[in-house]
Amino acid sequence: MTAANLGFTTEFYESLFEVADGENIKTCLQCADCSGVCPFGYLMDFPPGRMIAWMRAGILDEMLDTDSVWMCVSCYACTEVCPKNIPLTPGLMTRAKEELLLAGNIPAELQSALEFSQRYGNPLGESPRKRAAWAEDLDFEVPIMRKAKRPVDVLWFVGDYASYHPRVQETTKAFAKLLHKLGIDFGILGPEENSDGDSQRLAGERGLFEMLAEKNGKAFGKYEFGEIITTDPHAYNAIKNEYPQLGIEYPVRHYTEFLAERIEEIKPLLKGKGDVKITYHDPCYLGRANGIYDAPRTLLEAIPGVELVEMSHNKTTSLCCGGGGGGMWLDGFQWEKGEVRLSDWRVKEAVTSEAEVMAVACPYEPPRFEDSTKTVSGADTLVISDILELLIEAIG
Amino acid sequence: MANIVAIVKMVPDLVEELEINDEGTGLDRDWLRLIINEFDNHAIEQAILLKEREGGEVTVIAPETEGVEDMLFTTAAKGADRMIKLAGDFEEGVNNHALAHAFAETAKNHQPDLILTGVQANDDLDGPVGPLVAEYLGMPYIGYISGVTLEEGRAIVRKEYPGGLIGEMEVTLPAVLGIQAGEEPPRYVAISKVRQMMKTAEIAEAEISELDFSGGISAKRMYLPEAAERAEMIEGDEEEIAAKLISIFKEAGAL
Ligand code: SF4
Ligand code: SF4
Repeated sequence: MTAANLGFTTEFYESLFEVADGENIKTCLQCADCSGVCPFGYLMDFPPGRMIAWMRAGILDEMLDTDSVWMCVSCYACTEVCPKNIPLTPGLMTRAKEELLLAGNIPAELQSALEFSQRYGNPLGESPRKRAAWAEDLDFEVPIMRKAKRPVDVLWFVGDYASYHPRVQETTKAFAKLLHKLGIDFGILGPEENSDGDSQRLAGERGLFEMLAEKNGKAFGKYEFGEIITTDPHAYNAIKNEYPQLGIEYPVRHYTEFLAERIEEIKPLLKGKGDVKITYHDPCYLGRANGIYDAPRTLLEAIPGVELVEMSHNKTTSLCCGGGGGGMWLDGFQWEKGEVRLSDWRVKEAVTSEAEVMAVACPYEPPRFEDSTKTVSGADTLVISDILELLIEAIG
Repeated sequence: MANIVAIVKMVPDLVEELEINDEGTGLDRDWLRLIINEFDNHAIEQAILLKEREGGEVTVIAPETEGVEDMLFTTAAKGADRMIKLAGDFEEGVNNHALAHAFAETAKNHQPDLILTGVQANDDLDGPVGPLVAEYLGMPYIGYISGVTLEEGRAIVRKEYPGGLIGEMEVTLPAVLGIQAGEEPPRYVAISKVRQMMKTAEIAEAEISELDFSGGISAKRMYLPEAAERAEMIEGDEEEIAAKLISIFKEAGAL
């Protein structure tokens, strides 16, 4: 062991204390529950437990020459099971990715998503001017704050995939219709909105996250609104848990909480369409990261004729779709490493549950799961729908 | 220890739709967003790879246009030693002849062993910049380069030809190279490093003589592609379509 090796390990170790509850790392039992529960742990040179072991041995610098840390999809499964409450996902794994990124050890796919985020304010590389283009073919107007020039009750933070991805735009329009139907006074930022930056942060690009957060904070500061609502659990997580640390503090809720509160108002609008078996996939950033398990189920159960069935992994043990922590931009990399897709595993479980529909509540999911229904056997009739789409269908 | 100069420019970003100006002679620059020319970005990467491998200094020169400072600070974070922006009236767009004169004049002051630039750019109307700079400085030029090794007083370069052919050539220094691709793709630098550079690095400004547009072209009319009704859709099953195609080819004298 040289002084340089030790220097890296020591600095890395000490930086972990800056994360909330970070000092818990000192109490790691080396039980390896974290590495065992990790969906990609078997493909990692340094799953969390081993990373801690090498850190204790003072030789963690060897991690810098490996790239399998990029398999981490920041799903919080390890953090959830750790008996010592060590913040493995936001602390250890994210810090490890930051170090890899600083060392220039970064997969090309991820690089372009980060460059796009920096340049265009969205990881898809789409024109920022077209951020609100999804609203153009609705038969009512979606107010854009800059033009509306008035205070609103709800500022809807639309998010990247919800704004630009053609499949997810369907969900976005469903939410717009629902807000319109319920007579909610709302507005969006349109081209002034930037990526929430949360997945970029969890992919190790803290500076980029801060830059994007500052831009959003500036836009929020220009307008008057009661609260922020978003359909994107990643944006929700960022605005709720991370932005306040940068002095950007606003009340924020995910749409499932917002609508569950109005369930008595919504129920009379819902017409049944016959019996249907639905299973619900808990998104990592709604479930494990933020503890929202009931609101989405309340909404689904309000639809007449719906029988809600659970998959074997549900709520705190939900399986990640593979899109978190940069996973959205690492499909090729993940495939090369393991020739598996986490979304396939999830869709297999949905098939086993005998549900006809898998309901979701995160914009990363419809495209990922729909791709999997095309390849997983027995999944060709499985319908992937965001809860919003199911609600709008039931309203008719 | 080579003295390497990369000459680069910002070009229209095609993520945004392009608009034609009121006169119909060029792009409406009010609507343009500019981005570093992708090939120039490869030239910067190649320059920095050479510096890391063989030592030396990298100077990056770019005309002053929207976004140029961010771009130069990013190159500083990648490892460039000196960043220079050409002070002049570039915002309205200038032809490559004028730009090459300005590049040549400034690059000369740095007594470069090697000048690297992108082999082409999406707004090259009057030929690429590289050969013009070489001409004005009386240096040799080789384009479509995807690898460079430096030796005493000369460089060995890999030149790409169509059809996957690669040529290896030797050129006497100083020389200008048009880079098709760096040996590695342009690297990523963490935003925190770029922000650090914004606080610590300095961008020098180079005064240039009056822009000399001579030799270039001036566009008379610029317009979006016009839809023409020249395509004929052939209907029928495979046999009928094939027969019809053959008669059309015969008529056109192609068969
Ligand atoms: S966050 Fe998920 S993917 Fe990352 S190490 Fe933990 S369990 Fe594995
Ligand atoms: S689960 Fe927690 S205590 Fe167990 S090895 Fe992982 S980090 Fe250590």
